[in-house]
Amino acid sequence: MKNNILVIGGGPAGMEASAALSRMGYNVILAEKEKSLGGHLAKWDRLFPDQIPAKQVLDSLLEGIKDVKCFTETDVNSINLLDRSYNAMLSNGITILADAVLLASGFDLFKAEKKEEYGYGIYEGVLTNADLEKAFKEGKTFSPAPMAIGFVHCVGSRDEKAGNPACSKVCCATAVKQAIETKELYPDANVYCFYMDLRMFGRHYEDLYLRAQKSGIRFIRGRVSEVSETADGRLLVKAEDTLSSKPLKVSLDRLVLMAGMRPSKAGRAVGHQLNLTTEEDGFFSSADNLLSIQRSKLPGFFYAGACTGPKTLPDTLHEARSAAMEIDRYIKENFRK
Amino acid sequence: MIDFGFSVNPSSRINLDAADGEKFHRLAALEPDALKCMACGSCSASCSAAAFEDTSLRRALLSLQNGLSDDAAKLLSHCMLCGKCTMVCPRGINTRHLILSILKIYSL
Ligand SMILES: Cc1cc2nc3c(=O)[nH]c(=O)nc-3n(C[C@H](O)[C@H](O)[C@H](O)COP(=O)(O)OP(=O)(O)OC[C@H]3O[C@@H](n4cnc5c(N)ncnc54)[C@H](O)[C@@H]3O)c2cc1C
Ligand code: SF4
Ligand code: SF4
Ligand code: SF4
Repeated sequence: MKNNILVIGGGPAGMEASAALSRMGYNVILAEKEKSLGGHLAKWDRLFPDQIPAKQVLDSLLEGIKDVKCFTETDVNSINLLDRSYNAMLSNGITILADAVLLASGFDLFKAEKKEEYGYGIYEGVLTNADLEKAFKEGKTFSPAPMAIGFVHCVGSRDEKAGNPACSKVCCATAVKQAIETKELYPDANVYCFYMDLRMFGRHYEDLYLRAQKSGIRFIRGRVSEVSETADGRLLVKAEDTLSSKPLKVSLDRLVLMAGMRPSKAGRAVGHQLNLTTEEDGFFSSADNLLSIQRSKLPGFFYAGACTGPKTLPDTLHEARSAAMEIDRYIKENFRK
Repeated sequence: MIDFGFSVNPSSRINLDAADGEKFHRLAALEPDALKCMACGSCSASCSAAAFEDTSLRRALLSLQNGLSDDAAKLLSHCMLCGKCTMVCPRGINTRHLILSILKIYSL
């Protein structure tokens, strides 16, 4: 008999784990609440550090789940643990009895309008990292060509007032990548990155930073304190250049906010039904943050990807594959004796 | 004008809109490595002049980018071109050569 495995969330984590579990011979049911699969990956244009097209990665993930039963526009209405299997009622009316569940609900982007002082939703020239990816993806350019563009790191991250003291891990690399791409589009524009620390931790990330510097992008160490509008409709940005201990101002045509990663609301709603706990950062607590990130505190219930904290795509995909192995081990130990 | 006994201080805020980008571009064209500085401070830390006078290539580069070439001039005025900073720069910048180019372009 093939065991049923329910995967909740059809982003990179859910897709990669489903592919692995299906190769292992399990009967995988993948539920995704949106119209199409791909999660946030489907919204990105090119990926750091090598700027490969997101579509290329998405297509190969989709290829891996050709044989998986996928329900889109499907959320989980209710889920509970029976004797040793999970009974899930999906919003499409289907009920599933699953011997293991993988939660791959990912993250929600921080709502940048909450940082009112940055003017998102107030000034037209202020956009988010996600908005800029969308513009790149759709081939849209700004006209007239901007003369000065700024990137603000740590928006809704490392900010207790915004409710999130943690670092979102991916946005330094995203800012540097987007700054390079912006400079390529508008070579005459002055491009600035306002950062507190540059967290270019991954392989090739530092190369990306050096490339940005060489292309003339100016890195200003200091957090943007406020944004206002100039008489001629441009954005006046204030920060401290902490390297010279002096306040600084500059007028910009566009300001891109690096909105951080917050826990998925829809994912937390699922966790809530099973009383799964979260840590102070709002992301799910694993059984053990070092030895078994993929295991939850419930038997047969697993995590993969950004639902346990900010992660890059490679991190997410590794976790998805190791979650599949953990699930396989769990099923073999508990159902095949 | 009546002298009220006080005057308005000039703003010490850096105004990037007013910074002379043209000269810095010329510097970067001649010395592309000027763009590579990552503000680590190794140059100032090893500088033989810095122990006695306010000397710092790191801050000089920053001042130029902020449009404050007078500050840069002060920070380099005691440089003896000894080249110690070139030995330590982790970005492999020929700092001694860079300093000479700064002095030339900005006529410092
Ligand atoms: C601006 C930005 C740019 C980035 N660029 C890069 C990059 O260039 N390179 C890189 O390595 N990483 C990048 N990342 C990180 C990358 O997006 C994440 O690592 C990846 O999306 C995490 O995958 P995931 O599947 O865990 O989550 P998600 O991508 O968030 O997918 C989760 C999916 O689960 C679904 N879902 C949630 N709850 C439910 C529910 N209850 N029922 C059904 N479905 C549900 C959601 O709709 C979503 O489709 C970037 C992140 C940001 C914010
Ligand atoms: S990755 Fe960089 S921009 Fe993002 S929260 Fe961390 S330090 Fe800030
Ligand atoms: S070359 Fe000038 S700046 Fe460099 S260490 Fe010598 S004195 Fe200092
Ligand atoms: S040692 Fe090199 S990288 Fe470091 S501050 Fe000096 S010039 Fe910049």
